[in-house]
Amino acid sequence: MLITVLTSVSRWAIPFLLLCIPIYGFCKRIPVYETFVEGAEEGFYTAIKIIPFLVGMLVAISVFRASGAMDYLIWAIMPVMTAIGAPPEVLPLAVMRPLSGSGALGLATELMRAYGADSMIGRMASVMQGTTDTTFFVLTVYFGSVGIRKFKYAIITGLSADITGLLASIYICNQLFQ
Amino acid sequence: MLNLIWLLLMVSGIVVAAINGQVEAVTQAALGAARSAVEICLDLIGIMALWLGIMKIAEKAGVISSLARLLKPFLRRLFPSVPPEHPAMGAIILNLSANMLGLGNAATPFGLKAMQELQQLNHGDKSEATEAMCTFMALNTSCITLIPATIIGIRLSFSSSNPTEIVGACIFATSCAMVIAVSLDYWFRIRKHWRRKG
Repeated sequence: MLITVLTSVSRWAIPFLLLCIPIYGFCKRIPVYETFVEGAEEGFYTAIKIIPFLVGMLVAISVFRASGAMDYLIWAIMPVMTAIGAPPEVLPLAVMRPLSGSGALGLATELMRAYGADSMIGRMASVMQGTTDTTFFVLTVYFGSVGIRKFKYAIITGLSADITGLLASIYICNQLFQ
Repeated sequence: MLNLIWLLLMVSGIVVAAINGQVEAVTQAALGAARSAVEICLDLIGIMALWLGIMKIAEKAGVISSLARLLKPFLRRLFPSVPPEHPAMGAIILNLSANMLGLGNAATPFGLKAMQELQQLNHGDKSEATEAMCTFMALNTSCITLIPATIIGIRLSFSSSNPTEIVGACIFATSCAMVIAVSLDYWFRIRKHWRRKG
């Protein structure tokens, strides 16, 4: 029941917006097509503006990942994570999540393939994936699009949110699914 | 802060690769990442154009400002430096709603639009983030996802007996993250004003 409701909401959300906004605009006597094109034009410049920021961030992250430095980081925080009740298998996902969205999705998929979606590891991976965001990517893209280079405390807030989300995921999974 | 993180990622990566005797991996990763960054941005052009076009219609039809008016009491507290009827508010609401519904590719264009609007209110150093921007990023990166569609899809494909059983846990965990992010952001903001007074 829940799954049908949820999937139909996410299936219908975009067609719904694409239908209702132009119709409403038309009723308000707005030249809908011309207005659409006028807005769409900005899309190109915004996307192009992000490129240098994203190149800088993605290069640094993938050097960090491919060199094996990330594995050392994982190894270093392993004792902390096992102490709070996380299976060591989910740790790479926890470290990857704020850095790379596609990398994290790949790891989560791999964990579920290896251990099953209904295992503790599979469930924990799902919750972690659904909870936290790719903070570095989001900050780079959002700030980059308006040419902001000094992020101030936004990085600390974003990463604290990620860490809180991860700890809360581990806690709630241990409570709910044991 | 960012300079340091960036440098640390690069330097530690290259040093570790050198110790492990895998310097080629660094070269490949760097060049590959540079290419994929551009590919991501090129993909973004189409999605951005589509949603910014739709959003322009919504803006002219007054949908955005009515949304902003609806959530005014709530937003005024979070964004004291943004005028309540400002188009930035509408874009922020659209971004957060898209995030909640798990519509990642619609959320980004709305969010970037919100950033542009917030940048117009930035009367200081244009290369430095404003308080409102930091608050917006705190909300955005910790935002509650009511429908984590991607992960439900993956669970379904690995024949989970109950693919949506994680939704409640996700909502609990993101709520914790959001509370921490918003309070930390608030604390940073308050602290700065105290310093200015004192």
